[in-house]
Amino acid sequence: MNLNILCYLIPALIMFCCGVYGFITRKNMIAILISLELMLNAVDINFVVFNRFLFPGSMEGMFFTLFAIAIAAAETALAIAIIVNIFRVAKNIDVREITKMKF
Amino acid sequence: MDSVGSIIMYVIIALSIVIFSVLAVTARKILRAATYLLFTLFATAALYFQLDYPFLGAVQIAVYAGGIVVLFVFAILLTSNPGDNSEKLESKKRVTGLIAAIAMLLAGGYALCTRCCDLIMPQMDSATMKTVGETLMGTGYQQYLLPFEAVSVLLLACIIGGIVIARKR
Amino acid sequence: MDATIQILILAIPLFMFLLLGLLGKYLSPKIAGILGTTAMGVVTALAYYTAFNYFFSGDPNFQREIIGEHGETVVEHLQYIVFNPVWLEFYGNLHINIGFMLDSISAMMLVVITTISFMVNLYSNAYMRDHDGVYEKGFQRYYAFLALFSFSMLGLVVATNIFQMYIFWELVGASSYLLIGFYYTSPAAVSASKKAFIVTRFADLGFLIGILVLSYYTGVFSFMDFTSAPVEGLADTYHISLDTASTVLATKFAGSAAPMFMGCSVLTWALVLIFMGGMGKSAMLPLHIWLPDAMEGPTPVSALIHAATMVVAGVYLVARLFPLYLQETTALEIVTVVGAITAFYAAMVACAQVDIKRVLAFSTISQIAFMMVSLGVCRPEYHHGVGYMASMFHLFTHAMFKALLFLGAGALIHAVHSNNYTAMHGLRKYMPVTHWTFLIGCLAIAGIIPFSGFFSKDEILTACGEYSIFVYIWMSAVAALTAFYMFRLYFLIFWWKEHKVHDPHHAPHDQPWPMTVPLIFLALVSCVAGFINFGDFVTYNGEQHTFDLDWTVAGISLTVAVVSIAVAAKMYMKENPLPDKMAAALPRLWDWCYHRFYWDELYMFITHRIIFGLICKPIAWFDRHIIDGTMDAFATVTNKASWSIKGLQSGNVQTYVWIYLIGALLLGTITYICLI
Repeated sequence: MNLNILCYLIPALIMFCCGVYGFITRKNMIAILISLELMLNAVDINFVVFNRFLFPGSMEGMFFTLFAIAIAAAETALAIAIIVNIFRVAKNIDVREITKMKF
Repeated sequence: MDSVGSIIMYVIIALSIVIFSVLAVTARKILRAATYLLFTLFATAALYFQLDYPFLGAVQIAVYAGGIVVLFVFAILLTSNPGDNSEKLESKKRVTGLIAAIAMLLAGGYALCTRCCDLIMPQMDSATMKTVGETLMGTGYQQYLLPFEAVSVLLLACIIGGIVIARKR
Repeated sequence: MDATIQILILAIPLFMFLLLGLLGKYLSPKIAGILGTTAMGVVTALAYYTAFNYFFSGDPNFQREIIGEHGETVVEHLQYIVFNPVWLEFYGNLHINIGFMLDSISAMMLVVITTISFMVNLYSNAYMRDHDGVYEKGFQRYYAFLALFSFSMLGLVVATNIFQMYIFWELVGASSYLLIGFYYTSPAAVSASKKAFIVTRFADLGFLIGILVLSYYTGVFSFMDFTSAPVEGLADTYHISLDTASTVLATKFAGSAAPMFMGCSVLTWALVLIFMGGMGKSAMLPLHIWLPDAMEGPTPVSALIHAATMVVAGVYLVARLFPLYLQETTALEIVTVVGAITAFYAAMVACAQVDIKRVLAFSTISQIAFMMVSLGVCRPEYHHGVGYMASMFHLFTHAMFKALLFLGAGALIHAVHSNNYTAMHGLRKYMPVTHWTFLIGCLAIAGIIPFSGFFSKDEILTACGEYSIFVYIWMSAVAALTAFYMFRLYFLIFWWKEHKVHDPHHAPHDQPWPMTVPLIFLALVSCVAGFINFGDFVTYNGEQHTFDLDWTVAGISLTVAVVSIAVAAKMYMKENPLPDKMAAALPRLWDWCYHRFYWDELYMFITHRIIFGLICKPIAWFDRHIIDGTMDAFATVTNKASWSIKGLQSGNVQTYVWIYLIGALLLGTITYICLI
């Protein structure tokens, strides 16, 4: 029995769909950020899997993932700084109630 | 033909990815969601190891699991009281989320199943640290010094931005 | 020749207007009054000097000797341009200048305007305060407006071209508006000022069209190009020339392609339209309705603007363009007819008014109509154009005695605080100075020898007689009515019955010297002005001519006037029921006279019912419902649409993501299905 490419891509797809679901349904900003990380992670897996199955000799996919991880870390740090700041002002991190700057 | 051990390994990894992902987005308590995210990330790291990318797996653990999740935990502790349940989801929201997710799943699944079903993992030696280092620091063909430096600058900007945004006024 | 004096004549009133208008509130009323009066006195002196210089210095710029028809030497007054800089340049020779022209009529008008204006300035110092000497609110503003008016009127009479005249014509209209509405807290004054402005503006529309027609066909604005010819050897000097006028007519308006419009030549149209402007300013029928209401302004203003100077601007306009009018006698006949009807109408109405200022207003209309008729009947072949001279002569004498009457009326009103003669009766013992000067004014306007009105009116009647016996009889009847209503007024104010004095401390009395001095001065002028041989100064073509009194006409008019005065004395000297009986005997006539022949009601009917009701309201409906409705519909639709789709722009990222995902999936599906 061989593990073909699908065996690796399907869990990534499920992970991604979980991210979408979470992103749409959650109210807490940190939860939304978690969902975002899930989606990013799913995409990272895809890069690596395709690199491994299609171009085993080169390392583009791997390095793409490497940089994506770095950028995701940066983005998360910033997002969390913003969220903390919002919490300081609004005492709340529910996306539906942060409407002060809307109009 | 894969060894039975690797298949068992694969099954454990795939199951934990699926289960912990679902749990991460459905957990009522936000701290738990962060914990499930951590497990998902660990499972992903394990997947990288299995795919013969040990360096990537190590980075995944160090940066994601070790850095980002810790940040999450700090943020959660800063912005919520322990024991707070996240409010119950509105059913309407849940339905729309489900529709989007399932539609995505179906479309992606269909595309995957019809296009690339029977590709077997080819043989590959896992890259040595020397190769990885040279590729990362080289300036030649398929070498990545420029993106590396760009990411460094980005991280610096990010550090400054984070400080500026979060500092007390 | 140095132009400093002439520049000062215009500049001083303008400067005073700016000074008093801008800084008036920082000056005490007393200072403002003295300042305004002094400045006007200086201007008067300068104007007298200029006029004296013009008539008597013998400067070759101002007069020359020519050979008359019978070989005798005749002195001719010339037109002299003191300064005339270009103000607006259009193209070629079409430009508008602002200048100063001296000729016989403008010199005469300078004297009239500055004299009356100075008298009124002096008089107002006392009139515009109450019996305790407290100045009225806005006293400085009042003096500023007086200065503005003097400036505009002086600019009007010295205009070198028709467009400058139009500009200053509008300025006098504006200052008249400001002064009528001086008591702007009183609704009557406000509506009177609006009425005056709107009616005269309407007439000025005709004036403007006339100017445009005239200048369109001739390409020039200057009076010299219309009516004068240059004098050889003198750059800025012209003489009045009928040849120029006929050349204008021949080359521009006549010829094989004579432009005709509705059966009349275009020149006739232009002149009639210009005369329409004059009708508005000079309150000729049917545009007279503003003048009686204009009496809402302060009485000295009525004396200055609405009796002596501004309202004769129409006469002055026709006189200024007279050589052109002579080319088109149709226009002159219209002037005659309008003047004759107005004169009779106003005299009739004046017989039945109660408000003394209204009586004087209608008498002003009637007298100005006299001047118009006199111009209308003037022809060079009749007795050396006596009508023109008579018109200007009457303008001069009328300005003096009508200002006198108005200032006298002001003194009366100031004394009894009412405009109606019913509050006056028998004042002759209380106010002797006012009484005697008022009597002189009445005698002058009635045409009793030797007061000034006798001479000028006699010349007018002579001119009418030369023109047509019918006009002569008509105008004599008007003269008889004039004598009658003036003495009716006089007797009702000063006689009729003893004046009832409720409080001996507040009995009516003569006014302080700033008010009596102008009265006495103007009365003296009215006594002696008639003996001036006016033909030495003003004739239709500038040549001096001695007009002899026609004793037949004089005797008839004197008799008529004396009879009218006798009738008035019989009816009004002592309290008696005769006036009521007469009113009862002719109820219809009395009613119509009392209500001014219902002209105001007619105007109300035309404007409200016909123009507003039948034209404006449908237009307003169309505007509001169709045009505005369309615009509103655009706005409403946009607004509604925006409200209904506003929810999509929620700012909620999660919704956006959902929509984006579904959209992307749909798009992918569609592409996929199509590609299969």
